Amino acid sequence: MAKRAILGLVTLGLVVTAAFASFYVVPMERTMGPIQRIFYFHAASAWAGMTAFFICFFCNLLYVWRRDQKWDGLGVSAAEVGLAFTTIVLITGPIWAHPVWGIWWTWDWRLTSTFVMWLLYISYLLLRTLIEEPDRRALLSALFGIFAFLDVPLVYFSIRWWRTQHPQPVVMGGPGSGLEPTMRKVFFFSVLAMHALMVLLLSERYRLEKLRGEVDQLRREAEAQ
Amino acid sequence: MKNFDSIFAAYLLGWTVFFGFYLSLGKRASALRADIEQLKSSLNRGK
Repeated sequence: MAKRAILGLVTLGLVVTAAFASFYVVPMERTMGPIQRIFYFHAASAWAGMTAFFICFFCNLLYVWRRDQKWDGLGVSAAEVGLAFTTIVLITGPIWAHPVWGIWWTWDWRLTSTFVMWLLYISYLLLRTLIEEPDRRALLSALFGIFAFLDVPLVYFSIRWWRTQHPQPVVMGGPGSGLEPTMRKVFFFSVLAMHALMVLLLSERYRLEKLRGEVDQLRREAEAQ
Repeated sequence: MKNFDSIFAAYLLGWTVFFGFYLSLGKRASALRADIEQLKSSLNRGK
C-alpha cells in the first residue's frame, strides 16, 4: 500500500511538473507558436506507449517460451496501457495538426502505421475475449502480440525512412535535426513523467490480473466441490 | 493565447482518457473483489 502511494505521489509530481514546464519554462516556438506545446504531451505519450508495447512483446515471447500465466497477465496489462497512451497520441496529433497543417488527418506513413498499431492492439484484446480456455487464449494472444509488435519499429522509423507530412524527427534524427536546449530538457522530463505514469498504470492493471487469477482458482475449487 | 482552444482540448481529452482508464481499473478491481468474497463464502458454506 505504501509503495503504491509513493509511486502515485511521485508520478503525480512528475506529471504536474512536466505540464508546468511545457507551458512556463520552454520558450515559444517561432513558427508554430503556442500550439507546439502539445508536442511535450503528444510525443512523450507516444514514447511511453511504444515502451508498453515493447513490454507486451517481451512478455509474449516469455510466455511462448516458459508457458507461465504470469507473462500472459503482464502482457495483456502492457497492451491495454499501451493502447491508452496510443489513444492519447491519436487524439492530440490531429488537434495539433489542424491549426498547423490545415487538416486533421492524412494517410502518410507515420499516421497510418500508428493507426494500424492501435487497431492491432485492439484486435489483440478482442482476440482474448473470444477464447475461453486460459492456456489456449494465452498462447494464441502471445503469438498475435508478437506479430502485432512488428508494426512498432515501423511506426518509429517511418519518419526516418520516408518523407512524411508528419514532422521529421527532432530527437535522434541525425544531422540538421534537434531541439533548443531548454525544449530538449523539458521533452526528456516529459518522457520520464509519462513513463512513470505508464509504470503506475501497468502495476495497477497487473493487480487486476492477479485478482482475476484468484477468481479463476476459487471457481475451480467451487466446481471441484 | 493563440490556439488556446486546441491546447485546452488536447490536454482535457488526453487526461480524460487517462482518468477514464484509471477509473475503469478501480471499477473492475471492485467487481473482482466482490466475486472473490462471494466465491469464498459459497466455498465455506459447502464445507
